[in-house]
Amino acid sequence: MSKVKQLKSVLSESEVRSLKVGDVVAVSGVVYTGRDMAHKRLCAAIDGKEALPFELEGAVIYFVGPSPARPGKVIGAAGPTTSSRMDAFSPKLVACGLRAMIGKGYRGDEVREALKKFGAVHLSTIGGAGALLSKHIVSAEVIAYEDLGTEAIRKLEFVDFPAVVAYDSHGGSIYGEK
Amino acid sequence: MRYIEFDKIVSSVESLCVSACYELSEDVLSALESAAKQESNPNAAEILKKLIENARIAKAERIPLCQDTGLAVVFVEQGTGAAVKLSDGQTLDDAINAGIEAGYEKEYLRKSVVKEPLKERKNTGTNTPAVIHHALTVGDKLKITVMAKGGGCENKSQFKMFKPTAAKVEIIDWVVDVVKQAGADACPPFVVGVGIGGDFELSCLLSKRALLRNIGVENNDEFYAGLEEELLSRINGLDIGPQGFGGDTTALACQVETTPCHIASLPVAVNIECHSHRHKSVII
Repeated sequence: MSKVKQLKSVLSESEVRSLKVGDVVAVSGVVYTGRDMAHKRLCAAIDGKEALPFELEGAVIYFVGPSPARPGKVIGAAGPTTSSRMDAFSPKLVACGLRAMIGKGYRGDEVREALKKFGAVHLSTIGGAGALLSKHIVSAEVIAYEDLGTEAIRKLEFVDFPAVVAYDSHGGSIYGEK
Repeated sequence: MRYIEFDKIVSSVESLCVSACYELSEDVLSALESAAKQESNPNAAEILKKLIENARIAKAERIPLCQDTGLAVVFVEQGTGAAVKLSDGQTLDDAINAGIEAGYEKEYLRKSVVKEPLKERKNTGTNTPAVIHHALTVGDKLKITVMAKGGGCENKSQFKMFKPTAAKVEIIDWVVDVVKQAGADACPPFVVGVGIGGDFELSCLLSKRALLRNIGVENNDEFYAGLEEELLSRINGLDIGPQGFGGDTTALACQVETTPCHIASLPVAVNIECHSHRHKSVII
């Protein structure tokens, strides 16, 4: 864990394949938010062959439900939510081109298989550091599912958002077997 | 009888939830600071320092410590000589919920409560109703404690009925395993609340009540203080560490509360609390 690797979205498969467990990364560019309900709707849209609210190929999704922005600020606190709650949905999104997910904690076997098969990574950032992490988000705009409130899909712009590769596209996990 | 104004309860609860979500309590901050000094894994020590920095930013720049500003869990201890002035149809809970709603709305805290759990899960938009626990005590004071409890750690809490003949080590093994299962998912380092005794629901309530004790204050019974120490030592030997990336600091504290129980029973509950342990109290 030494040199910080710069990742700028949109991500290519080869870029993602070059990442290894334990790599420290700084993510910049467009990142979409999504947590439980948004994932359920995205997968239903894929199943129903409906248009998706954003292009999944090369995209990065951050599992977050931010707190409201104060006037003059772009966002409130914005740390990661538990990634494993998205395990039932992530493989389908990865199969459609999603290249990176940012969250906290463990991922299940099906997600890990999808990361290997299609070329994607899971990045871990610090759970409970929502104030500190929010400083790396320079714009935020709700683009879909506005009725979900904090769970709506937002288009964020990141600058050097800190994370670590927790699951890579070669079957590796920073947690060992888990 | 001493009477307390309805609005006094509203404004007190409002201040408690705001202060809880923006200002990490002194006991938690000190525990993080001493853990950062003692941590032998340099990577883990760095993460702990970032959590301390997060608390500094939250307070100085008025950004909540965590975006999950919690389900408001409120503990009320009401002296039998204290009463709240209420209009017809009002209860103390109305004042508490009004305070939560005001605090969450005015201070940009996230509303994380849905109206019912399965059918539509529509957000109430107010972060109410709070979960409120009442207890009667002696005296003429009213003590209110607000915990802003995050969903990620609450999800990892567990309950188990042991045989009444179970040995201490069986309980320790199980509690440690619950913490292991919580692992990286629940934002370590944790505060681990353990409730032993009572019945099905009381042991769970005790495990949460155990979290209200300030970190560093041990159980006043020598046996259970020893149990707390043994549990913490075992938990910190799991090498889960901050963010789950390894280290000596998997928990900042393990706090045990007990109560009498049936001869046939030995209920044990574990309430997992993240490092963003937001708890504030006031005595009115």
